[in-house]
Amino acid sequence: MVLFISVLEQGMIYAIMALGVYITYKILDFPDLTVDGSFPMGAAITAVMISRGINPLLTLPVCFLAGAAVGMLTGLIHVKLKVRDLLSGIIMMTALYTVNLRIAGRANLPIYNKTTIFDNDFINGMLNGIADYRTILIIFTITIISKYLLDWYLGTKSGMLLRAVGDNDRIITSLSVDKGLVKIVGLAIANGLVALSGCIFAQQQRYFDVSMGTGTVVIGLASVIIGTSLFKKITVLRVTSSVVIGSVLYKGCVALAISLGFESTDLKMITAALFLAILVLGMERKRRVKVDA
Amino acid sequence: MLELKHIHKYYNPGTVNEMCLFRDFNFRVEDGEFVSVVGSNGSGKTSMLNIICGSIAADSGQILMNGRDITNLSEYRRLSKIGRVFQNPSMGTCPSMTIMENLSLAENKGKSYNLGRCVNKKRRETYQDMLRPLNLGLEDKLDVKVGALSGGQRQAMALLMSTMTPIEFLILDEHTAALDPKTAEINMQLTEQIVRQKKLTSIMVTHNLRYALEYGNRIIMMHQGKIILDKKGKEKEDLHVDEVLGLFNEISIECGN
Repeated sequence: MVLFISVLEQGMIYAIMALGVYITYKILDFPDLTVDGSFPMGAAITAVMISRGINPLLTLPVCFLAGAAVGMLTGLIHVKLKVRDLLSGIIMMTALYTVNLRIAGRANLPIYNKTTIFDNDFINGMLNGIADYRTILIIFTITIISKYLLDWYLGTKSGMLLRAVGDNDRIITSLSVDKGLVKIVGLAIANGLVALSGCIFAQQQRYFDVSMGTGTVVIGLASVIIGTSLFKKITVLRVTSSVVIGSVLYKGCVALAISLGFESTDLKMITAALFLAILVLGMERKRRVKVDA
Repeated sequence: MLELKHIHKYYNPGTVNEMCLFRDFNFRVEDGEFVSVVGSNGSGKTSMLNIICGSIAADSGQILMNGRDITNLSEYRRLSKIGRVFQNPSMGTCPSMTIMENLSLAENKGKSYNLGRCVNKKRRETYQDMLRPLNLGLEDKLDVKVGALSGGQRQAMALLMSTMTPIEFLILDEHTAALDPKTAEINMQLTEQIVRQKKLTSIMVTHNLRYALEYGNRIIMMHQGKIILDKKGKEKEDLHVDEVLGLFNEISIECGN
């Protein structure tokens, strides 16, 4: 039961990040590696704010905005300086490593015994009887709100443009809209979500570590691909919901591998192997018959 | 009015493959004209359209729209007054979005793409009425993804989408070339109807000489970056397919094929 709860907690936290990766990878068709830097950036900002005793609720919007700013920079590098998408992300990811160290002041910043969104007077008073489920309830609420906000956004005129730009960017130009701007907005929202995820992760784990971002993008991609390929047939389920479930399933797979006797040092290897397996299994087999001419 | 003045365009400048396409190219389209453009491959038809729309930049020269210099205006800004349909039907629509979503997106052109809802369910019937006369069965498929439609259906969608909002110019780049004869005919009639209804100034590139003569009120033939035939009004009506074909053969033979 404890293991199950912990899988659910981690899966739900990473789900917010996966929603961001869903925007870049699936909607924008942009392999955005900024994620590996913006996730720990959210954690770094949070750790600093929490250790200074700032209201933990404030960390959420601050991290989202900081992530959005970073995403915007990746977009500007790609659109205005015409650097290739993959390279723009790599440049930002590398730069953010230093930025994160600067924000936190050191490579590791624990925030034990501090007031967080999971541990404060209000929450402790309200959810007193169910202390074990406190964390998961709060995470669940934040993730679901993020998911519905994203769903709502994708149905607006601006969100529809975002969906169109990955589909066929000619149409954006035909609609007399600057397609570069649409991409920048998409990257901003995506990295905002990623930093938000990092913010919640830091509060749940109660520390920031500069290397905690390594491999984030792989986890995000794996979640998106599991979610979208497993639930492709179920049309009632929105894609964003599939991504959230995909993230939980992915964390479940990793937990399963560890419970089978692997050590935590093997984690990245397991991540890579799982990702490869998901990619290969998720590929469509019926490529010989091309439907769209 | 659209006007190209003293356009020069070189491809691969400074290399052994340097090729001069346009040398002092001039072209003027008056308001209300529907110009058919014919010519062999490489004669500069599509390049001309690309220069007008801003997809490629001319090396020198001036482009005027309604007397205003738009030479340095970016492509997406120019397209606020221009609708463009491509040869490839999938270029004018979003395949992973439904017909309803595509039409809603296109209808908002020129307005701000803000946080308002994009799809307005009340417009459903209007869209159905718009699609019904096409006889392509699209009116019952509003919630079908455009990627699942046939090329002809998609091209009709692309044509509708590019002309839904008030525009002044319509650029058609071999827009029936990828379609079967019957669907091509439907799309040509739809084009004619839209152009007449909305009084659009149009330029249509086509390889179909019959369409070039049958539709529109002016015809030009291009060859090696020059206009070698330009007939309008009565002169064009008197022009016969054989004459155009004869001229076409002449320039083709000149090139050695």
